[in-house]
Amino acid sequence: MADVPDNAPEHCPGTTSEKAGTSASCQGCPNQSLCASGATKTPDPAIAEIGEKLSSVKHKILVLSGKGGVGKSTFSAHLAHALASDSTKEVALLDIDICGPSLPRILGVEGEQVHQSGSGWSPVYVEDNLSVMSIGFLLSSPDDAVIWRGPKKNGMIKQFLRDVDWGELDYLIVDTPPGTSDEHLSIVQYLSSTHVDGAVIITTPQEVSLQDVRKEIGFCRMVKLKTTIFCTGSALFTEKMCQDFNLTLLGKVPLDPRIGQSCDEGKSFLSEVPDSPAADVYRTIVHSIQEYCSKRVTGDQDTC
Amino acid sequence: MSSAAPLVQILANVRHVVLVLSGKGGVGKSTITTGLALALRQAGNKVGILDVDLCGPSIPRMLSVGRPDVHLCDAGWVPVYTDAQKSLALMSIGFLLDDPDKAVVWRGPKKTALISQFVSDVAWEELDVLLVDTPPGTSDEHLAVLENLKKHRVDGAVLVTTPQAVSTGDVRREITFCKKTGVPILGIIENMSGFVCPHCSECSNIFSKGGGEELAKLTGSVFLGCVPLDPQLSSSMEEGKDFMELFSNSATSTAIGGISQTLLQRLQTT
Repeated sequence: MADVPDNAPEHCPGTTSEKAGTSASCQGCPNQSLCASGATKTPDPAIAEIGEKLSSVKHKILVLSGKGGVGKSTFSAHLAHALASDSTKEVALLDIDICGPSLPRILGVEGEQVHQSGSGWSPVYVEDNLSVMSIGFLLSSPDDAVIWRGPKKNGMIKQFLRDVDWGELDYLIVDTPPGTSDEHLSIVQYLSSTHVDGAVIITTPQEVSLQDVRKEIGFCRMVKLKTTIFCTGSALFTEKMCQDFNLTLLGKVPLDPRIGQSCDEGKSFLSEVPDSPAADVYRTIVHSIQEYCSKRVTGDQDTC
Repeated sequence: MSSAAPLVQILANVRHVVLVLSGKGGVGKSTITTGLALALRQAGNKVGILDVDLCGPSIPRMLSVGRPDVHLCDAGWVPVYTDAQKSLALMSIGFLLDDPDKAVVWRGPKKTALISQFVSDVAWEELDVLLVDTPPGTSDEHLAVLENLKKHRVDGAVLVTTPQAVSTGDVRREITFCKKTGVPILGIIENMSGFVCPHCSECSNIFSKGGGEELAKLTGSVFLGCVPLDPQLSSSMEEGKDFMELFSNSATSTAIGGISQTLLQRLQTT
């Protein structure tokens, strides 16, 4: 697992990379001989630590899409709101979109601060039973850009998983950036000693989106992540794609301008516009996800 | 694979290099890149597109070039041309994939290495404008493009946003990226700005409106213009058809044409 020490040079390949200590970038690095000795290539102990830390989290769901702008963060936030509407459940959101963290705004908690205590970083609470962690809370200004290469992003994700005091959770929802890159590989690897219920893939009906989603499905198969799918808009091609890949199509959300508006204002559109056809579909999708998760608790096999 | 000709030599025939950036995914960078390229070509310019979105290369489909084999010449990889007149050239990672449905699951260093090859080894012929389409974010791909283009002048970047705050919020960060890396900002485009109904021509603001222009004012950038949400533009891109030719009288093509001219003027005066 790529990990970049603070005193590493700019193009550090990561201490657990095959090229650790031997790449051109390693010249002059104080850690060079340690890395070259192979001592850093053992499995990252953080994976086991994270497994331990997240043993109190009953269900973990990744929200993915090959394509940007299809509504991952919108869905993640509203899934969390819907699950947290049951006050007996504890829900948390983890935003691993390091370059473009949208969740603080969508949840109406932009500008909040993260605090540190003996038990780790405390996430920001949106409701009593709904918390969120995002790099957005660590930036001092809305103009701050996170111009990080892969290894540094991976390090941040590791810290989010290992060092945040999540507490006992019923659901941990992980919102991801578009693509199939460092962030996606890292979250799967860091969660490899925990149980992940599965991934929800978001798409829109256009081929330009489906094209990228097919790749995301391939990624999920490659890392052996159980997958289901939902779509925004009408979806003949999506239905066919789900059939082709033997995936469950959870639902088709119609485009409603009030969704975007709610997100911009940091409000849940499930509360703002509960009668919208889009809200109905969201609620159905959330219900399917809850059922799927509860089946896994009882050990039933799901054909999804 | 031929050894790379010096970067300066390869790009010596390219007059202007423009990055198309956005902090936010799904705002229409690839659509705008393709639209601008078609508009610039229509106005008589020789245009190239470099598609460095390794995880989601959209441009080959939008230009209906399918999955051609990439050939080598002495000077490097030969770009794919959309026509016999060679008025529009394209190089995309999409061309290198055996299986277009297979994910490119690479970490940063590997992406950086391939992008370096893209930028260094494509044998672009004489071009007036090379547009570089990028994935969302401020990470490995963006740094790789800039590092490799450093020896050649990067005229600047065009930033694409949609009107919503969730989008402009990310684009503000992209503006910071440009300032920190010394990339001049040629201007901001607000895409999906108003929806014109094809039946009644009534305009409604599905994704609100004006956020891009406000962002330009806030950050002291030039506002290049708005492009409406147009189902005919989306379907043309989907089907790989030349929207600027097919719908040359539409408000959308007028908007894109206007933006391309403003952009060209800015390139020619800086």
